[in-house]
Amino acid sequence: MAEKEKKEKIPRQPMPEQDPKVRSRNFEEVPYGYTPELAQKEANRCLQCKKPKCTEGCPVGVKIPEFVNLIAGGDFIGAAKKLKEDNSLPAVCGRVCPQESQCESLCILGKKDEPVAVGRLERFAADYERKQGTVDLPQIPPSTGKKVAVVGSGPAGLTLAGDLVKQGHQVTIFEALHKPGGVLVYGIPEFRLPKAIVDAEVDYLQRLGVEIKYNYVIGKILTVDELFAMGYHAVFLGVGAGLPVFMNIPGENLCGIYSANEYLTRSNLMKAYLFPQYDTPIAVGKHVAVIGGGNVAMDSARTALRLGAETVHIVYRRSKTELPARAEEAHHAEQEGVQFKFLTNPLRYIGNNDGWVTGMECMEMELGEPDESGRRRPVPKKDSNFILDVDLVVVSIGTGANPIITGTVPNLELNKWGYIVADPETGKTSREGVYAGGDIVTGSATVILAMGAGRNSSKAMHEYLMNKSNTVA
Amino acid sequence: MFKIVEKREMAGNTVCHLKIDAPLIAKKAQPGQFVVLRANETGERIPLTMAGNDPAKGTIDIIFQVVGKSTALLRTFNKGDAILDVIGPLGKPTHVEKLGTVICVGGGTGIAVLYPITRAFKEIGNHVISIVGARTKDLLIMEAEMKGVSDEFFVTTDDGSYGRHGFVTDALKDLLDARKDVKLVIGIGPIPMMKFVCKTTEVYGIKTMVSLNTIMVDATGMCGACRATVGGKTQFCCVDGPEFDGHQVNFDELMKRQAAYLKEERQSYERFQKEQR
Repeated sequence: MAEKEKKEKIPRQPMPEQDPKVRSRNFEEVPYGYTPELAQKEANRCLQCKKPKCTEGCPVGVKIPEFVNLIAGGDFIGAAKKLKEDNSLPAVCGRVCPQESQCESLCILGKKDEPVAVGRLERFAADYERKQGTVDLPQIPPSTGKKVAVVGSGPAGLTLAGDLVKQGHQVTIFEALHKPGGVLVYGIPEFRLPKAIVDAEVDYLQRLGVEIKYNYVIGKILTVDELFAMGYHAVFLGVGAGLPVFMNIPGENLCGIYSANEYLTRSNLMKAYLFPQYDTPIAVGKHVAVIGGGNVAMDSARTALRLGAETVHIVYRRSKTELPARAEEAHHAEQEGVQFKFLTNPLRYIGNNDGWVTGMECMEMELGEPDESGRRRPVPKKDSNFILDVDLVVVSIGTGANPIITGTVPNLELNKWGYIVADPETGKTSREGVYAGGDIVTGSATVILAMGAGRNSSKAMHEYLMNKSNTVA
Repeated sequence: MFKIVEKREMAGNTVCHLKIDAPLIAKKAQPGQFVVLRANETGERIPLTMAGNDPAKGTIDIIFQVVGKSTALLRTFNKGDAILDVIGPLGKPTHVEKLGTVICVGGGTGIAVLYPITRAFKEIGNHVISIVGARTKDLLIMEAEMKGVSDEFFVTTDDGSYGRHGFVTDALKDLLDARKDVKLVIGIGPIPMMKFVCKTTEVYGIKTMVSLNTIMVDATGMCGACRATVGGKTQFCCVDGPEFDGHQVNFDELMKRQAAYLKEERQSYERFQKEQR
């Protein structure tokens, strides 16, 4: 007991980060990460619970007390290896996981004090290993002779590919874009997740033997049935959600109005923030409004600032309490100068003769009774209309299911929104040998939930592949 | 990497034809579909509708006019060079059916896109009348090819240097006045041309299909850069198109959207031209 009291006195260690004024004008990563000293100090706060709650909160079941203990003891490489036993993308997860609602929310320390900074420690160990240069490969068992096709190289597909290749299966990922990573490269900005980190994690998987084919839009160039005909014994669909949702209000097709997907894809995947060194342009707004309150909205708002906007408003129809973004993301955005217009909803856009947006008519809202999501429903406030002067708008209100793949797999059961119906425990779909996970099953969710789905499917697919009667073809 | 197996300059070196080795795309491609190309690591993703494909040889054909940096860069590629990324076949194929008499109207490099569609309508048994147009004689492309797949064939030039003096819409109007059996008009070319083809046919109440080659990024339905208003509803040209009922298309909005990056395109092109010197 004396030991515990002593540990609780070490405060949770903050991560050093770039000054908000400076970083709001550059694309470099915001936090610098822990130094070894800070990491050890933070790791020493862990109580090493006999029945750790934190691990239960992790969708991929990382053995948190074990890797934290290795850091406390100074074995940083050992900690990274321990992480990789359960998580193929620790450097990514350490940065983008919502730890505050997962592992850290269950930490016993959090009851009286602040929880152990699991995410920061995960990031530290993974970064430390990568910076050492040599990342050792685990022993791979002899080939099972089974071939798996993974459609999409996002977090679900990468996790699953890593798991299956480590069990001796031959894994090929088919990626529609020209770079691997899915949302990790087209969606999440450089300042939150440097692309070099995604590249390193993908490189690790390739060294394990995962093959990645780019520019393959499955459903167009090849169908799932053709993949089976080519000799693949099982197929995993991890294609992400896809279609951006618009509000269908007047003027939405004016120039200067982007979906968040387009805005972020231009900036992140196509590197439009480096235009004209890179050929893809992006409109630079002086007065920007981002519609929506999720992490993607925060990423869009912060990107707009970095591209040179003078004012950036997040326009969200509910109040701060309902904001779906991680508290840390909203806080970072606010620190950098993003302004929030809560309880505000756009009604229509106003444009000039060239077809460019110049203003947005909004209405104030107030919160009524809770709706089916449990959040209080925003209702319009009478005579509250006003016009916000804007020359760039990013619509970030979610995505829908992309039908390119789902529409080309006969007998694949879809739900009423067009998402694939899959067993939540295994990812098994209505088609034999076809598994699915991530946003194409759940709708827009998080990186780690997609990784968890990839993990679950990999177990089920391994069983399926090893059952000879399933794959005699 | 996608190797260029043949390169041909056309229309007084203003238009370029590349035959690209892309066996899987060549096997699947159907008339009306397009590919996205990214020439090199810093390149942008540009959509180009295929002018043809040879499943046996594993090649696809693209025909483009140099209009900015990306197309100018593509034109510097020679036989044996490789394009970094080619993605396709994308978009919905043309709905080809036997209707009776069909008029195919093409302008500029739109003629290249129109050619495989015209051939498909001819092969299925339609009476195909083609009208192709250019600003001037030297800029006209694929005349022989189009003639070869048409039952009747007309040429117009804006300056009267070849064929009929005038616009494709002039020839179209005369045809529509003369015959009452036209079931479908397909118009592919610059947006203003398509707009006026649609205006012309609207009076006669004849269904008219157009192919919209809008600005795209991913071209798989993910970004919405390509959205157009069709029949009062927003459509994504990449997955809902590229072909639409022309009478429903808001061409004025489309033209403004196509001009969204004029400033950046000019800056990029000038920079490229300086580098080339």
